[in-house]
Amino acid sequence: MILRRNHRILVFGITGRQATHWVGRMVKYGANVVGGVNPRKPGIRHVERKVWASAHDAAKDCRFEVALLFVPPLAARSAAVDAMEAGSNTVVCLTEHVPTRDVMYMIEAATANRASLVGPNTPGLVTPGETFAGIMPAFNPAIFQPGRVGVISRSGSLGTLACHYLTKHGFGVSAFLGVGGDPIVGTSMAEGLRFFAGHGTTEAIVLCGEIGGAMEEEVAECAEAAAKPIVAFVAGRSAPVGRRMGHAGAMVAGRSGTHASKVRALERHGIPVAQLPSELPALLYNVMSGRRSIESSMR
Amino acid sequence: MLCGNRRCAHNVKGSTAVRFCENVGKALLTEVGIAVPKGVVVSTASAAADATTKLGPTAIKALVPTGRRGKAGAVRLVSDPAEAAIAVEAILGMRIDGYQVSELLVEQQVPVSQELYAAVVNHASSGGPLMLFSACGGMDVEQALEASPEAVVKCVASVGHGLEPDTVRKAIGDLLPEDCVDAVAQSLLRLYDLYLNTDAEIIEINPLAITTLGAVVALDCKLAVDDAALPRQQSLARLAATEPSTSLEAAAAAAGLKFIELEGDIGILANGAGLTMTTMDAVEVFGGKPANFLEIGGEAYRSADVATALLLRKPGLKSIVVNFCGAFARCDVMAAGVIETWKELEPEIPVFFSVLGTGDTRARSMIRRELGIKPFQDMDDAVRSAVEAAASRS
Repeated sequence: MILRRNHRILVFGITGRQATHWVGRMVKYGANVVGGVNPRKPGIRHVERKVWASAHDAAKDCRFEVALLFVPPLAARSAAVDAMEAGSNTVVCLTEHVPTRDVMYMIEAATANRASLVGPNTPGLVTPGETFAGIMPAFNPAIFQPGRVGVISRSGSLGTLACHYLTKHGFGVSAFLGVGGDPIVGTSMAEGLRFFAGHGTTEAIVLCGEIGGAMEEEVAECAEAAAKPIVAFVAGRSAPVGRRMGHAGAMVAGRSGTHASKVRALERHGIPVAQLPSELPALLYNVMSGRRSIESSMR
Repeated sequence: MLCGNRRCAHNVKGSTAVRFCENVGKALLTEVGIAVPKGVVVSTASAAADATTKLGPTAIKALVPTGRRGKAGAVRLVSDPAEAAIAVEAILGMRIDGYQVSELLVEQQVPVSQELYAAVVNHASSGGPLMLFSACGGMDVEQALEASPEAVVKCVASVGHGLEPDTVRKAIGDLLPEDCVDAVAQSLLRLYDLYLNTDAEIIEINPLAITTLGAVVALDCKLAVDDAALPRQQSLARLAATEPSTSLEAAAAAAGLKFIELEGDIGILANGAGLTMTTMDAVEVFGGKPANFLEIGGEAYRSADVATALLLRKPGLKSIVVNFCGAFARCDVMAAGVIETWKELEPEIPVFFSVLGTGDTRARSMIRRELGIKPFQDMDDAVRSAVEAAASRS
């Protein structure tokens, strides 16, 4: 779940306009992109890298740990399964609007192949100062600086804003995990938290949730076990009931998925919740003070 | 029984649920072999009276895809044609949860000995399908999910391996008379297949009735389909109920944008669902009221010009916040779109920008140069200024 510079990345849909742009930025930042997949263009070279028809074919020529999916919605399921069966242990699916039924198959394939699925509809993974995979502005120094705070977010734009506030107030980010804005995703916030709990560099965790679903309630249950300072922001206190707020997963349905329910759950487990993202650094400072680690967490 | 006159209004993925009226759901149940009462779709009192003449005592039900029909008085039992006509006159034209009643289902009454609850839903926590069953009909799906295991049986299924008939029989065995178990289990398995094949988010039969003659009959059907699956569910998409939307929301949907009109007077344009919601929240925190949700995240970031024009059509705006936090979406491209429309329409509404992330330096200088406005670097400052400007204009 934490991307390292030596992790080899295979990019599905590498020849597309957006993929070409973002792979360029990733490589410049230090990401180890070994090649790409496009079933219609095997054998060509793109962004100075080989393109195969499938991960299965790519695996005959090279090794890779991470598959990054820039594919159309209805192609995500087969790409993810191909990547996992070819030996990739982490599949990061950036694609939005993947049918939920396909996501269920992708999750079962991940379990069967002992792989991790991140997303769909994730902005990706960032390890500041080292590497990134996805569509986050890792390269913008006002947003990402290396450090010791782990950030988990359902949203790319909100995650970007949260990281900016951390950076602005002297906190660096150990790693950013975008879990994705869909109602059902591979890696949940709770799994992300368990991961950061065991990650030596990470000394505190910021959770950026939003209305809809129960991921925030579930991650709250894991707070005590994580044994690290945690703070949170939950978007959507002003959202009307029954409307999907942009993300397919961001909807209050009747009594469930409300802002109030999430804030209550988080606070019950000792996680302070910011009213606005700008309050996150101060909350973080509060929960970390009294701990020796505060100094080392500041850049 | 499928009515083909409902047009599909789902141009924007992720913005609306794709819901279906009872008659469509029941036609699908019939196709997979789950019995439903005899019925016809009508839109006039006289047609309802004719149907009741043929069918005997009937249930008259508004065809709108919401669970609040009963409470609204839009489901009535009638015993003769005259009563049927009166019921239809009363229900036609009702507005329930924003849906206007233009059609009704007239259905033969069934003698019921027991009412059950059955549903299959997408279950986020397990990442797969979840079947819900109870020997007591009448609850809603949320109650069913929260109910104790004694009252509601929950079976987690695997999309890969499906549901085993034995698992289902065992799960429901304790809740039902022995002679009903096989028939109900068969209906549940058929419901599960229908859920899988339609890309349903939820399919619910409530109540699923056991008649006095021992037959299993679905007396209602709630169906909502994953809109992301519509490209491969085209025949189903044409049967979806039209979601209520304002003319602005419909215009935005046609342009591929997500616009939700709200009560307030502070207009909002931002990129990304999370940031747009956060901007609305900030307006509230600083004491204002958001007028809308409008986001141009993802590929829509190139449509800032169209989005700005749509926002400016919203009546009663006292100020506007434009909040960009570029990752995938480039701030300079979005700013150029806003500037273009702003210069063309020259609205007399104060606007406050916050710009951060990919392309921000260029975007800031464009806004300063073209509009003579200094963008904020912190969204709180932009929102606070917009709230103050709105307050001073009221």
